[in-house]
Amino acid sequence: MTLAAETPTTAFASNLRARRTKNNIATVVMTGCFLVALVPLIWLLWTVISRGWRVMVHADWFSQDQRLTQDWRTPGGGALHAIIGTLEQVLVCSLISVPVGVLAAVYLVEYGTGKLRSAVTFMVDILTGVPSIVAALFIYLIFIIEFGAGFAGIYVSLALVLLMIPVIVRTTEEMLKLVPNELREASYALGVPKWKTIAKIVLPTAFSGILTGIVLGVARVAGETAPALILVQYSASRNSNLLHGNQASLPLFIYSQFPNYANVGSKENAFTHVKEVTNNYAAGRMWAAALTLILLIALLNLVARLISRRSKVSN
Amino acid sequence: MPDRDSPLRDAQRSAGANGHVPVQTPPIIDPNPEVTMPDEPVDELSVELRAGGVAETAPGHLVGSAQPLGVDVSGPGPVSTAPAPSGSTPKRPGDRIFSALASGSGLFIVVLVVLVGAFLLWKAIPAIGDDKTNFLTSRIWSVGDRANSFGIAGLLWTTVLISVFAMVVAVPIAVGIALFVTHYAPARLAKPVAAVIDLLAAIPSIIYGIWGIAILAPHLTGVQNGLSSGLGWIPLFKHHNNAVGTVFDGGVVLAIMILPIITSISREVFQRTPRQNIEAALALGSTRWEMIQLAVLPYGRPGVVSGAMLGLGRALGETIAITIIVSTAGNGAPFDASLFGKGNTFASQIATGGDALFAHPGPFIAAGLVLFVLTFLVNAAARAVVNRKTVS
Repeated sequence: MTLAAETPTTAFASNLRARRTKNNIATVVMTGCFLVALVPLIWLLWTVISRGWRVMVHADWFSQDQRLTQDWRTPGGGALHAIIGTLEQVLVCSLISVPVGVLAAVYLVEYGTGKLRSAVTFMVDILTGVPSIVAALFIYLIFIIEFGAGFAGIYVSLALVLLMIPVIVRTTEEMLKLVPNELREASYALGVPKWKTIAKIVLPTAFSGILTGIVLGVARVAGETAPALILVQYSASRNSNLLHGNQASLPLFIYSQFPNYANVGSKENAFTHVKEVTNNYAAGRMWAAALTLILLIALLNLVARLISRRSKVSN
Repeated sequence: MPDRDSPLRDAQRSAGANGHVPVQTPPIIDPNPEVTMPDEPVDELSVELRAGGVAETAPGHLVGSAQPLGVDVSGPGPVSTAPAPSGSTPKRPGDRIFSALASGSGLFIVVLVVLVGAFLLWKAIPAIGDDKTNFLTSRIWSVGDRANSFGIAGLLWTTVLISVFAMVVAVPIAVGIALFVTHYAPARLAKPVAAVIDLLAAIPSIIYGIWGIAILAPHLTGVQNGLSSGLGWIPLFKHHNNAVGTVFDGGVVLAIMILPIITSISREVFQRTPRQNIEAALALGSTRWEMIQLAVLPYGRPGVVSGAMLGLGRALGETIAITIIVSTAGNGAPFDASLFGKGNTFASQIATGGDALFAHPGPFIAAGLVLFVLTFLVNAAARAVVNRKTVS
């Protein structure tokens, strides 16, 4: 009898132990998942920083282009041509995407009704999922094949517009929805027209949130390579004309150094005619350009974070 | 937005009932001829506002005047007769312009996306018609002045294999991280931890590409050889002599790239687990893990599924990282199910098109169209899962 009375207790105890063990294993696994994800992040950042900083901190990096240093055996040169290209392409892209994206979000939140509204929502959803290479292919098809235009940076901007618009519409829409209706109603009650209510009350209230979205959108397209790969060709010298000619950008600069990054070789000394082992300078430039791009995007993200901290509306 | 309009409408109705407007406003005073024009999209808000007796006067003006609001009104006569819910609605020019701009932008996006689809379709169909081989089943990609044979079988297989592999690797880890952030990490740490994972999303894919091939891939060779020596009898893990640049390498890097998307969506749904469910599970004596099994996971499943699908959609379209990491297989190489082989995805085939892309864009457009449709279907499936969740 005593045995029968004891059985449930011991069963319970051993069961409890098993459950505790399971729980502990689960805790370890969850924490482990997080640590596993940290590995590539730290590894990647460490690689880029440790291999790139030496080249990047050189004074020439921000003041020279690669005109004279295209060969992987030649040291020196800078990333100015690529920085100019990236900034121009992204700026023009933003100048188109921001008004369209913000106004479309205003439409969705403040005006939209019926079929057009659901069509816009649906299309923005599609656009969110469009791969960058398809966006680039579309622009390529229209401008380079149909219109016969030559390669130029502006087409990269146009392809990036397709990728940036959905980001801006989504974030702006979220932010506008967070603006309290009391503000709109108070404004209407004072007799302010609807458009003025939106322009002077709703948008300013959501301003920092919208700006955060814009900055994040810029950060998203600044690192896009696929459009640059087919819509413009790399130029080692500075070209600030977005409308004409080959133009470099930071991703394209990285890609241009990539084929040579692993080269090892020797070169005959011009004076002594002795073969000397040469250093590979393409690798250093590649990682330095990657570091520059990461820093640019980190800076943009930091700005976004600072702006969103001052936000008047938040979820 | 009915929930927004209704209180306002009520307020305005009562204001109208108070009779500010009708008395003071002459029946026909508005000089604007547009007023009588019927407006296509009747804007309820402005209808009600008119009925309430407020007009074009600047707000500053209103505040300045000591008189009651109604006096300043130069509102149109017709509206003052009744708070008509529809019919001829006068609109201020500013309103009309702004609303046109806003709906124009919306329309622009619609037209743009339709144009992308239509253009790809229009250019792809004749190209597929000219194809000398079967577009769907051929593995050959010979595009040039003399040859015009191309099929997507090889591209489709590599694209799907690499993306699904990435998803299979990423989803369990992402769910683990999401649970860690929402239910394990101390509240103080949760936000920084989430931000660290989001950092992964901020790194451009080209940097994943060069890091993946130059640094990570050599370390994965051992894993590949281990897997293929143990499980080599499965076609998926068949041994190849490729040290780096395999589909496996690309898939691992893709998994890292899609990890933050899946994590952030899973995190969001896990956070929204109803408090009662969690507390009920704990009150019944569950351990934390049992509580997660009982309350969090069932609730969050649709979110995880849609996050995984979005990650898959992202992986399908990834271009530059794959172009850099995965080596090209020989043209028309026989079918190879192995993860340790090489290949081209749709995106990398287009990206490396070069001169052929310029001279003979048709085949590449056809490939782009298939990729477009593929990502569209996957994303639509992801959204359908989310919507089903919100409905039930």
